[in-house]
Amino acid sequence: MAHHTLHMPCTEADIRKLRVGDHVTLQDTLFGIRDATQIHMFDHGRRTRFDLNGHAVIHTAPNVRKVDKRGTNDSGYEAVCIGTTTSDRMERFTRPLMEREGVRIIIGKGGLRESSQQAFAELGGVYLAIIGGTAALETTWIEAIEDVDLDDLNPESLWRFRIRDFGPLLVAMDSHGGSLFAEVQRKVQDRRAAALAKLGVA
Amino acid sequence: MTLMTRQGVEPLRIAPEAIEEAAKLLYIRALKILPDDIKEGFSQLVSTETDETAQSILATMVENIGVAERTENLLCQDTGIPIFNVEIGRNVELDGWALKQAIRRGTERATREHPLRSSVVHPITRQNEHTSCGAHVPVINLDFVEEERVLRLAMIPKGSGSENGSFLQMLIPADGLAGVKRFVIDAAMKAGGKVCPPTIMGIGIGGTSDLCMHLAKVAATRPLGSRCADEQGAALEVSLADAVNSLGIGPQGLGGDSTAFAVHVEVAATHITMNPVAVNIQCHSARRASATFTPDGVSIGF
Repeated sequence: MAHHTLHMPCTEADIRKLRVGDHVTLQDTLFGIRDATQIHMFDHGRRTRFDLNGHAVIHTAPNVRKVDKRGTNDSGYEAVCIGTTTSDRMERFTRPLMEREGVRIIIGKGGLRESSQQAFAELGGVYLAIIGGTAALETTWIEAIEDVDLDDLNPESLWRFRIRDFGPLLVAMDSHGGSLFAEVQRKVQDRRAAALAKLGVA
Repeated sequence: MTLMTRQGVEPLRIAPEAIEEAAKLLYIRALKILPDDIKEGFSQLVSTETDETAQSILATMVENIGVAERTENLLCQDTGIPIFNVEIGRNVELDGWALKQAIRRGTERATREHPLRSSVVHPITRQNEHTSCGAHVPVINLDFVEEERVLRLAMIPKGSGSENGSFLQMLIPADGLAGVKRFVIDAAMKAGGKVCPPTIMGIGIGGTSDLCMHLAKVAATRPLGSRCADEQGAALEVSLADAVNSLGIGPQGLGGDSTAFAVHVEVAATHITMNPVAVNIQCHSARRASATFTPDGVSIGF
C-alpha cells in the first residue's frame, strides 16, 4: 500500500504504477466537472478551451462567491465550499473523457462501474475515492479557482482549481482491473442470504 | 367572524418577517452544524467498527465536522433540496399564505446572501434560477400539534446522493412482512456506497403510495435515538438495523460494519389489498436545524 504524490498533468506510466489500496496526493491543478458539464460536452457536442490531457477531474459543483477578477482570482470566483458528488450517474462519460479529452484520473465518491473499469484498463486511467460529505476539509486543499469554462452551466461549469496537497485519496479502481467497490459488492452479495435469515426470511 | 382562541389567553402572533429571518438562518445553520445526536452516532460507530479502512473513513468524517465548525463552512457542498416542516400549535395566529412566502424569501436570501450553491433546477429545462427555489420548492410540510402557543419551523437540506437512493414498491398482502424485509435489504444493496453511508435508512410501511414515501422521509430525518411510536415498527427498527449492518457495505461502500447509524420505521394504516413499502435514505451528513417560536421568543436548535 504505497503512497504517491502526483504533479498534474501526469503520464500513463504514472497511472500504471498505481494499485488499488494505494494512496495518492495530487498537486498543482484539478478540474471540476459534473452531470450537466459532461451532458453538454458529449451529448450536445460542446468543446472546452481547457487542455485536459493527462489531468485529473473531480465530480463536483462547488459553492462559490463572485469576486472582482484580480490577483489569484482570474476566474472571477472564489471558493466557498468545494466537495464531491456521487460518481455513478456519470458512468457513461468515463470513456469519452479519456478518449477525447485525455483525462487520466477521475476523483469521486461511491465508485464507477464495469465500463469505466474497462476504459481505465485499456487507456490507462484510475479512480481515486474521496470521502463524500467532507467538503469543509476538501476546501482547505484548494488554493484558488483559476479559471472557468462553460459557465452558462453554473454551478455545473468546468472549473480549474489550483490545489496543494489534495488528499490523501484512495486508489479504488486501478488500470489493472482492480476495483475495491466491485470486491465489496461481491462480498455483500454473498452475505445477502445470511442477512435475510437473521430476519427470518428465506 | 370570531377568532377561535382560548378565552383570556393572548394568542401567539408571529410576523412573516420573523419567519423569513428564521428560514434564512436555519438553512445556513443546518448546512454548517451537525446535530448532537448525529455526532453521538459517529462516536458509537467509531467504538464498534472493526474494519481498518472504515475506521479511517469515519475519522475523516469526524475531522470534517470539526473543520466545518472551526472555519464556519458548509459540511458538504450539496446544499440539497430545501425542506421546511412547520408544526403549528393551538392558539397561534398567523397568515398561512404569508408564512409560505416568508419561507421562500428566507431560502432565496440564504442562497444569495451567504452565498450558497443553488442546487435546484426546472425539471424539464434544467434551468437554475440561483435561488434554491422553483415550483413546489422549498418543500413545505404543514402540520398542527396539540401544544399551546408554539410554532416549530424545522429545516432539512436534503442531499441528492441519498435522495436518489429512494425506492417504492406496492407489495401485496401475499408478499407479507417477509417481502417488506427483503425489499429493505435489496434497497440497501442497490444504494451501496452511492448514498454516502453511514446512513439513516428511513422505511415507510403502509398508507397510500405517496404517504408511504413521505413516511420514509419522516423516518430518515428523525433524530438518532428516537423510536417508532408503533410497537411493531419499533421492533422492526432493531432487527432491520442489525441485518443491514451485517451486509458489510460500510462507510462510502468501501466495506465495514458501519453501513447505517440506524434504520427508522414509520407506519400508516393501509388497505386490505395493499402492502406498500418505501425506502428513503439520509446520508452521514444528516443535517437539520429548527426554530421554536413561543411567547418567550425564538429558540434555535436541531
